[in-house]
Amino acid sequence: MTIPISYYLILSAIVFLTGIVGVLIRRNIIAILLSIELMLNATNINFVAFSEYFQDLGGQVFVFFALTVAAAEVAIGLAIIIALHRAKDSINIEEFNLLKW
Amino acid sequence: MLYTLIPFLPLVAFLVLGLGGSRIKDRAHLVAVPAVLLSCLLSIGAFIEVASGSVISVPLYAWLTSGTLDVRIGLYIDRLTAVMLLLVTIVSSLVHVYTIGYMHGEPGYARFFSYIALFTFSMLMLVLADNLLQLFIFWEAVGLCSYLLIGHWYERASACAAATKAFLVNRVGDFGFLLGLLLVWYSFGSLNYHDIFPAAHEAANQTINLLRPLGGIWEVSLFTLIGLLLFAGAIGKSAQVPLHIWLPDAMEGPTPISALIHAATMVTAGVFMVARLAPLYNLSPVAMQVIALVGAATMVAGATIALTQTDIKRVVAYSTVSQLGYMVMACGLGAYASGMYHLLTHGAFKALLFLGCGSVIVALHHEQDIRRMGGLKDKLPVTYWTFVVGSLALAGFPLTAGFFSKDDLLVAAWMSGPLGQVLALLGLLTALMTAFYSFRLVFVTFWGPSHVDPHHVEHIHEPSRTITVPLIILAALSILTGYLGIPSFLEPVFSTGGEHSGEHGAAGLGIMIAATVMGLAGIAGAYYVYVLNPHLPDRFAQQWESLYQGSLNKWYVDEAYDRAFVKPTLTAATELWKRVDIEVIDGAVNGVARGVAWGGWLLRLVQSGQTQHYALAMAGGIVVIVTMFMFF
Repeated sequence: MTIPISYYLILSAIVFLTGIVGVLIRRNIIAILLSIELMLNATNINFVAFSEYFQDLGGQVFVFFALTVAAAEVAIGLAIIIALHRAKDSINIEEFNLLKW
Repeated sequence: MLYTLIPFLPLVAFLVLGLGGSRIKDRAHLVAVPAVLLSCLLSIGAFIEVASGSVISVPLYAWLTSGTLDVRIGLYIDRLTAVMLLLVTIVSSLVHVYTIGYMHGEPGYARFFSYIALFTFSMLMLVLADNLLQLFIFWEAVGLCSYLLIGHWYERASACAAATKAFLVNRVGDFGFLLGLLLVWYSFGSLNYHDIFPAAHEAANQTINLLRPLGGIWEVSLFTLIGLLLFAGAIGKSAQVPLHIWLPDAMEGPTPISALIHAATMVTAGVFMVARLAPLYNLSPVAMQVIALVGAATMVAGATIALTQTDIKRVVAYSTVSQLGYMVMACGLGAYASGMYHLLTHGAFKALLFLGCGSVIVALHHEQDIRRMGGLKDKLPVTYWTFVVGSLALAGFPLTAGFFSKDDLLVAAWMSGPLGQVLALLGLLTALMTAFYSFRLVFVTFWGPSHVDPHHVEHIHEPSRTITVPLIILAALSILTGYLGIPSFLEPVFSTGGEHSGEHGAAGLGIMIAATVMGLAGIAGAYYVYVLNPHLPDRFAQQWESLYQGSLNKWYVDEAYDRAFVKPTLTAATELWKRVDIEVIDGAVNGVARGVAWGGWLLRLVQSGQTQHYALAMAGGIVVIVTMFMFF
């Protein structure tokens, strides 16, 4: 028996929301970065699910691209986090609030 | 044309002094005096040419042409203008010379000369105008010069106030003048004398409905309206009741300009204007009557106030008001030639009196109160004798110029009809007062014991020759102008077809004798009261307390205006300033600024610097947008 597409979509939505909530409420920058990865992977689930549903490989190609970009992004993100940590001895996002008036 | 130089020489002097005054300084008279003297000579030339019967007309240039409005600046010299030219240039030249001595060493020496040169130019252009707009422009220009010169000592608050007062009061009249000008243009489509005058007769019976915009009907004779509106300007400029109040205050200015502007020339512009526009005024008996009555009222009011004033210049100033009343009254009664004749002789002897006052004031170190003078006749013989000549002329003493012109005026008034006879009697009464106050001035100032500040007594001496020579020349003119036959010289200008018979008859002789008797009685009265019984004036003052106070306080006209116009205006202005300016306008501007600042402060809170807040806003925004797409 095949799993209906709505299951995938619901899963993806849950993962995406988890990611959003994580980005919004976590203080630890690494945790925020991980949450962003969750959001990206939620979209990847969607891509793959629709690829299967429409019988179109384009979706899976997108996933590869997304994974690649996500890997690069994490690399840069971690580098920034290290830089921030060097500057402030902390990776608590609330301490990085200089970007205002 | 050579005569173009008459007005433009003073203009050149003004430009040179105005632009280079700070370098020329004490040599300013070297520029101004020759210019004015030369234009005086040219005026005499023009006078002689006009006297031979020709009329000189010099078109200068077209100033503006717009639709049917075509204004050309031009010079027009007929006999009337020629008389005014002589008066203006001669008095102006003498005053220029006098100024050398009077203003010597003043810091504003060059400035003063540049202004009187500008004034001379403006006044000449005014009398030379060949259209109403040019007349009006220079009418305003002389008003401006008057303002500048009254306020010459601008560091003195009273001088500034007097200058402002003169300007504002004149503005009231000039507004009427401007309306009259517009009405003339509206009715005739032209402002040139030579277009208006011929057209006037055909329009004689036209009426104009004043209430048309409101839907009502109030037909008024066109010429009555034009005449009265233009005369409003003359009321202001020639200091007639009820706008006479600026002239006495104008005495704050230096004495030479009191003589030039506020006695001989500018203030006579109103009389000149009425005479110039005689063809229009002749068409409106109503306007003429109003003019005659205003003139008569001014004549009496001026004389009654002059009786009690104690400032030497103010006595002469009110006497000027009174004499202007004579002239205006004569014009109102149709005796333009007599009015102009009196204008001319008055220009000579009143300029003389003012310059004499100036000489006394200089000798006494700027003392103007006659109660602190006295006994000056031996110390200032030239001033004294010339002053006496001026006073005799003013009082209408036989064989002086004032005698001829005043008699001529009163006889002409008497001959003009019932109204004229009443006014002529008033004129006789005024002549009595005139003689009285002018000799009161002579006796109190020059005779009797000295009340001069003891510090100054020793130093009193006759001023320099630049002051005394003009006095002597003017004294001569105060007598000579009576023998030039001015009325018959001017008669052709005003003749409307043999209306003036020239035969005065017994009534005329009677008036003449009465006027002479009045003059002599006034002089004798002043002699009796101020020389023989010096305590009498105080007794009179006590006996007729209210009359005395009324006259001394100028019949409270200033106070009445103060209460009726000045105070309410000031109060309203203060209220508007406080309520509207400060609260509404400033409040609005500051309110906007404050609102923006407050709004900015509120919005600033949004920008917290917390990345997560921004992310929340983004997420929220996406939710909102997606919701909108899904449900709407």
